[in-house]
Amino acid sequence: MLKDLVTPENANVFIGKLGDILEKAIDKPLGYAINWGRIWSLWPVHIETACCSVEFGAASSPRYDVERFGIIEAFGSLRQCDLIVVQGTITRKMAPRLRLVYDQMPEPKYVIAMGACAITGGLYFDSYNVLPGIDGVLPVDVYVPGCPPRPETLIQGCILLQEKIKRMKARKFV
Amino acid sequence: MSSDTETKPAAKPAAKPAAKPAAKPAAKPAAKPAELPAFEKSISDKIVEKFGDKIEVEFVKENRVGIKVNRDDIHDVAEFIRDGLNYDHVESVSGVDYPQDKEIEVVYHIGSYSDSSLAKQLLVLATRAQREENPIPGKDATKLPTLRDIFYSVEFHEREVFEMFGVYFTGHPDNRRLLLPEDWADLPPLRKDFAIKGR
Amino acid sequence: MTAELPPGLAIQKVDERIMTLNVGPQHPGSGHMRIIVQIDGDYIVACDPDPGYVHRGEEKMAEYRNYITNIPHLERPVIHDSCNALYPYVLGVEELLGIEVPERAKYVRVICSELNRCIYIMYWLAIYGIFLGHSTMFMWPAGDRELLIDLMEKISGARVTHAHFVPGGVRNDLPPNFEEVCLRQVNYFEKRIREYAAVFYDNPILISRTQDTGVLSREDAIRLGTTGSVLRASGVSYDLRQKEPYDVYEELDVHSPVMKEGDSYARSKIPWLDMLESCNIIKQALQKMPKSGSVRVKLKPNPKGKGLDSVYKRVESGRGSLGCHIVSDGKVEPYRLKLSVGSFRNLIALPYLLKGEKLGNMPSVYWSLNYWPVEADR
Repeated sequence: MLKDLVTPENANVFIGKLGDILEKAIDKPLGYAINWGRIWSLWPVHIETACCSVEFGAASSPRYDVERFGIIEAFGSLRQCDLIVVQGTITRKMAPRLRLVYDQMPEPKYVIAMGACAITGGLYFDSYNVLPGIDGVLPVDVYVPGCPPRPETLIQGCILLQEKIKRMKARKFV
Repeated sequence: MSSDTETKPAAKPAAKPAAKPAAKPAAKPAAKPAELPAFEKSISDKIVEKFGDKIEVEFVKENRVGIKVNRDDIHDVAEFIRDGLNYDHVESVSGVDYPQDKEIEVVYHIGSYSDSSLAKQLLVLATRAQREENPIPGKDATKLPTLRDIFYSVEFHEREVFEMFGVYFTGHPDNRRLLLPEDWADLPPLRKDFAIKGR
Repeated sequence: MTAELPPGLAIQKVDERIMTLNVGPQHPGSGHMRIIVQIDGDYIVACDPDPGYVHRGEEKMAEYRNYITNIPHLERPVIHDSCNALYPYVLGVEELLGIEVPERAKYVRVICSELNRCIYIMYWLAIYGIFLGHSTMFMWPAGDRELLIDLMEKISGARVTHAHFVPGGVRNDLPPNFEEVCLRQVNYFEKRIREYAAVFYDNPILISRTQDTGVLSREDAIRLGTTGSVLRASGVSYDLRQKEPYDVYEELDVHSPVMKEGDSYARSKIPWLDMLESCNIIKQALQKMPKSGSVRVKLKPNPKGKGLDSVYKRVESGRGSLGCHIVSDGKVEPYRLKLSVGSFRNLIALPYLLKGEKLGNMPSVYWSLNYWPVEADR
């Protein structure tokens, strides 16, 4: 019977509905399990936007070694990523590209705004080509302040994001 | 008393007067602080000798010779600088906007790699283009002849000056935009009448 | 139709055989810029670099800030080489204002700028390792770089953005006992980077990927006006620390490395040799430095230039000659400030080198130009 119901055309719909049913039936434990899976796969997109990428690179260096937390693995196509770390200033030329990258990522996806420039424009608040923060472009989950933030701060931001995901409703994306 | 930073303003007026006996042989670059302007003076003298009234020597400082040229003569002068004086590349091209004079100055800093006696020297070649009140970049009178056929290295620098000041370089093969966003529709941003927000 | 489009949007017609590829800005092999390449099969027929993704208008902002408040944002284009990025500006302002710098401050500046050059090159080398798929060459330099960052942190208090140079000297004196610590760290660092030869520069895979790719001849290097390691890899011995020594470089023994091949391999080896030379310079400077004395001339608030004046100062940074053209009109702010940066000058060689090269060689050629996009865009 199940075989007749599922055709290649409606497979996605069915699975979506099945997810809904499961979610309603066993709400919290399943949501927790799904989120638990998500917090250990925070892989960022490889898009550098400004000078904070130096400290982003330093976070992967042997001294800080952010990969020991299982996150911020440095490689991968954006179709496999679920985190976008906005590394600093977003200029008017970069903003459409940033949104394009974000739109191509699969759900669920999270955004970390790294550095003062990404949060408010920072030092470049009065520049003619810099956006005053990326809130108008992307929905930000965690703000990591600093100019540039030290690698420890970035790691703390990622851990905060993990905490946040644990408390989020998993169902939105199931 | 030899480093560059210690060039006191006192050295500058001493260098200026044209009354100095002309053209010491260009054999040794800058041996002692007392003789410093000599070599630079010889360079500027060579250019003055060749072009006479067409150019104006702006300053002769330690390691820097500044000359000012009319925009019609800049091509010839640049050609002489390359062929006659052995300068071979342009380090920087900067535009400076002078709204009160209704002119935009374009300053070329020209250096030399191949001639070791000129290694310290920079020739500062300045010219001025007419400035428009309401610029339409590329289509108004703000134009200068390009130096790309003489110094290949100015290619990207001149593209930058075009987008930042609206100075169109006639003869430049590639006058596209370089740094600004593709949809930039405002004034060229480094002109003085372009005010940044909140200032 | 095309005539009416703004210059950046003009549509170009290409052959059916030829495919246009946009590499970047979201690409592991491009950094913060886009390289538009046209390929015929596996070979690049044309290349058009499209920088400007980090154009932040530093030069315009500088016209609204006075000579001192300009310091923090002018080092941001190259935060991992911030001392060298500030150097020409500080030298220029000193000439404009007519300030004499104490002897000890000059030595401190030289030490800071050489340490920063090493920090910059180590980061560059780490990324070069990633570009070539050599993970060890990311891990080693990224780890060893932290040794020197620790030293700079002791001096200035910040990891990368030091803002340590000010017109009139440096912000603070060296911390107590710094000479010993520095000498020890630098000696270890030198020993460490010598080991890179075994894992990277003598590695047959690296050699086969970089040798004879992107060859820049001596004449073309001069004609294109390249600078720094690109120029020196093509056989032109031109280093501003030797040719136009600033501060105390005249009293130090600088032997800047030169190679003749002009290919990607030479361009990737010159910065490494540069680091060894920097270690040498630091040791000399530590020896010759006056043991005590003032490091800063206090300026009066809001210093002004004297009338209409212009100055062009240049230093040898990690990426080559870095010039700063300041025009002053006697106010507290500069009338015009232009940064002529090494990355921007080397960019012109990219279309030239990539023509006829295989697409797979693009990252190695591109990054061997010692290019830092944020600096090029300013």
